[in-house]
Amino acid sequence: MNLLFAVDGPVAPVTADFSNDNFWIWLLKAVAIIVFLLTSVLFAIWFERKVVARMQVRPGPNVHGPFGLLQSLADAMKLLFKEDVTVKAADKLVYIVAPMIAVFCSLLTFAVIPFGPSVSMFGIVTPLQLTDFPVAVLYILACASVGVYGIVLGGWSSGSTYPLLGAVRSTAQVISYELAMGLSLVSVFILAGSMSTSQIVDSQTQVWWFLPLLPAFVLYVVSMVGETNRLPFDLPEAEGELVSGYMTEYSSMKFAWFFLAEYINMLNVSAVATTLFLGGWRAPFIPADSFLQQGWWPVLWFLVKLWALMFVFVWIRGSVLRFRYDQFMKLGWKVLIPAALVWVVCVAVVQGVRQFSGLELRTLLFVLAGVVLLGLVISFLVPERKKAVEPPEPPGEFDPFAGGYPVPPLPGQVLPPSPRKQRAAAQAAATPDVPQVTQEVHGG
Amino acid sequence: MSALLGHALAAAPLAAPLPASLTTDGMATTAEAVLFWVLAPIMVLAALSLLFARKAVHAALAVVLVMISLAFLYVAQDAVFLGVVQVVVYTGAVMMLFLFVLMLVGVDASDSLVETIRGQRWIGVLAGLGLGVVLAGVVGRATYGPARGLAEANEASNPVAIAHVVFGEYVLAFEVVGALLVTAALGALVYTHRTRLTPRVGQKERADARVAAGAHPVSLPAPGVYARHNAMDVPALDPQGRPIEDSVPRVLRVRGQEADAAEFAARIERVLSGRAADDRLVPGPSTGDGPTPPPAADPDGARVGVPDVDAAVSDTGQDGPSTGPRGVAGQEDRA
Repeated sequence: MNLLFAVDGPVAPVTADFSNDNFWIWLLKAVAIIVFLLTSVLFAIWFERKVVARMQVRPGPNVHGPFGLLQSLADAMKLLFKEDVTVKAADKLVYIVAPMIAVFCSLLTFAVIPFGPSVSMFGIVTPLQLTDFPVAVLYILACASVGVYGIVLGGWSSGSTYPLLGAVRSTAQVISYELAMGLSLVSVFILAGSMSTSQIVDSQTQVWWFLPLLPAFVLYVVSMVGETNRLPFDLPEAEGELVSGYMTEYSSMKFAWFFLAEYINMLNVSAVATTLFLGGWRAPFIPADSFLQQGWWPVLWFLVKLWALMFVFVWIRGSVLRFRYDQFMKLGWKVLIPAALVWVVCVAVVQGVRQFSGLELRTLLFVLAGVVLLGLVISFLVPERKKAVEPPEPPGEFDPFAGGYPVPPLPGQVLPPSPRKQRAAAQAAATPDVPQVTQEVHGG
Repeated sequence: MSALLGHALAAAPLAAPLPASLTTDGMATTAEAVLFWVLAPIMVLAALSLLFARKAVHAALAVVLVMISLAFLYVAQDAVFLGVVQVVVYTGAVMMLFLFVLMLVGVDASDSLVETIRGQRWIGVLAGLGLGVVLAGVVGRATYGPARGLAEANEASNPVAIAHVVFGEYVLAFEVVGALLVTAALGALVYTHRTRLTPRVGQKERADARVAAGAHPVSLPAPGVYARHNAMDVPALDPQGRPIEDSVPRVLRVRGQEADAAEFAARIERVLSGRAADDRLVPGPSTGDGPTPPPAADPDGARVGVPDVDAAVSDTGQDGPSTGPRGVAGQEDRA
């Protein structure tokens, strides 16, 4: 039995060593994380507006501060000083608590995200991570799923139709997309042999998981967009259909909290993708013992990756249209979840064979590639079944209202002469020396 | 923030080389005792409000609160995996499904207190009392050995230890439960599945049916006579200058709040014939040098036909070539 659970290297619950931390270090890290998140949100809003503006060939915010950087601050102030309306039909307590749930849960995720390796803070050597434990990634999923209660309850408690519809959509969306998200993470757990974030980063010294686990990475990226309610999956707040969905009845600071939660969630899922698939704080092509992989430098690499993913978010938003709701559900249940299940089984089988037979991963992958190649070659040998080519229907009489719609003539059909041509023809018939008007055949 | 600190406190014993949440003499640590005495009253209150809440969603929220507090306690007692999975599975998925159904009931709905099965209430009370007696009997007679904690079990980290138990010792039970769950899910699918007897009616089919029934093929014209009126209750005018009744929202038409279409058509007529729009309001003889304006509320009175654009243009002094008719003729030639 031990063979099954044996992972490469020593089995430690977490790699990061927090034994030197004292209360002040914890407090410092916690405050630093919150400050980082809040300023990042301000920056993210500016970043998004600027990048989308660039994609749409317009300047974007450029008035307040250098490059318009203070625009988000001004907007935040505006929201702060707006009248805080509580609608009459609202369920008061839930209505007020809902935005808080959304924000507080979004703040929790970064507690287990490693920003870098161990550094020395005031003479205390401590990892750049608030905490870590053996099921840290599951904890992230838990925080995300509780955070959705904010959206759901906000929509329900507003006592209005559009928010309720937004909330119902959000519920269904979360249930379906979290499954795909969780399953795509499972393959990382299998290869890394751990669910602790620091150990997953540690397991990517040789290769970042997004390369061997590319399908899982793609699944994660798709479902992370769905999870954060961003275009093209922003159905809970689709402004063309639901005004602004679950936050229609919210104003002032309560609205701002939902807004804040959405942006922090974007940062969260980007950070998780960075940590689990993109090597965390590691820089590519630099040996692990280089000074660029130690101390404070890795924070830079982490942030670069984080913001690259944020750019992907904005890029998607700037270029893709919103899904229709049934298409969105179909994508989740009929494409993402089955694909994720199949992929998890494949990874589990490969890992199992590797551990039970003691086969090198390289050999195994070559064998698999050979099998796939063989299948491909065989598939070329199987004669292609030719689709019987239907003879084109002979063009019938032109029906200008075929199927009820006003339609143009199809190829080969003849448009009846226009009233003027009919008159001309009648005239020609009356005076025989004028040449006949020839009819025009369409699409000839 | 408080949750964050709470989490930090809960994780503190785990971060060190996994000391137990028990002291050496088998008692809970102070931190854990504090956590328990903070969470326990909250949980009891929430559990009671499950019973007494008027709205179903409030009851569901109370359950969520109990579940999350319970998860905190699990984590504090070194059962991290259980605690987190409790939140992911029960709070995140199961209760979310419950809420999904409850929300559709509506914000103001409260439970009906009518007994659907006769005597149900008394049976319920009796069964509850019986359960209470059994529980009291069992709990009262139970003896507890000295607490051992999970330090020993968690030696190779908590999830690994659970994996050993679930997939080693209890693998058969686990597989049987898995098969049961899959069967139940399939059963639900089979029972709720209906064979489709008629072809599926989708977006395209509906559109075809509407067009076949003679519906307007494109979107209806928007209300409002542009450049003069843009109110919802003013009907649009068609190219002949006739008001289009359908352009006013149906609700306004049903309520009788529609503006008088003919009056607006007549106004345009008056302007085009070179007089003020509200001519009618001024008593007749002072301005009556043109043809008499049509009666306001009579649609037949409005002159039907193409407005005299050339005249209007020359009236305002902007004399230009009238391109309209020529352009139309050119198009017809091309066709």
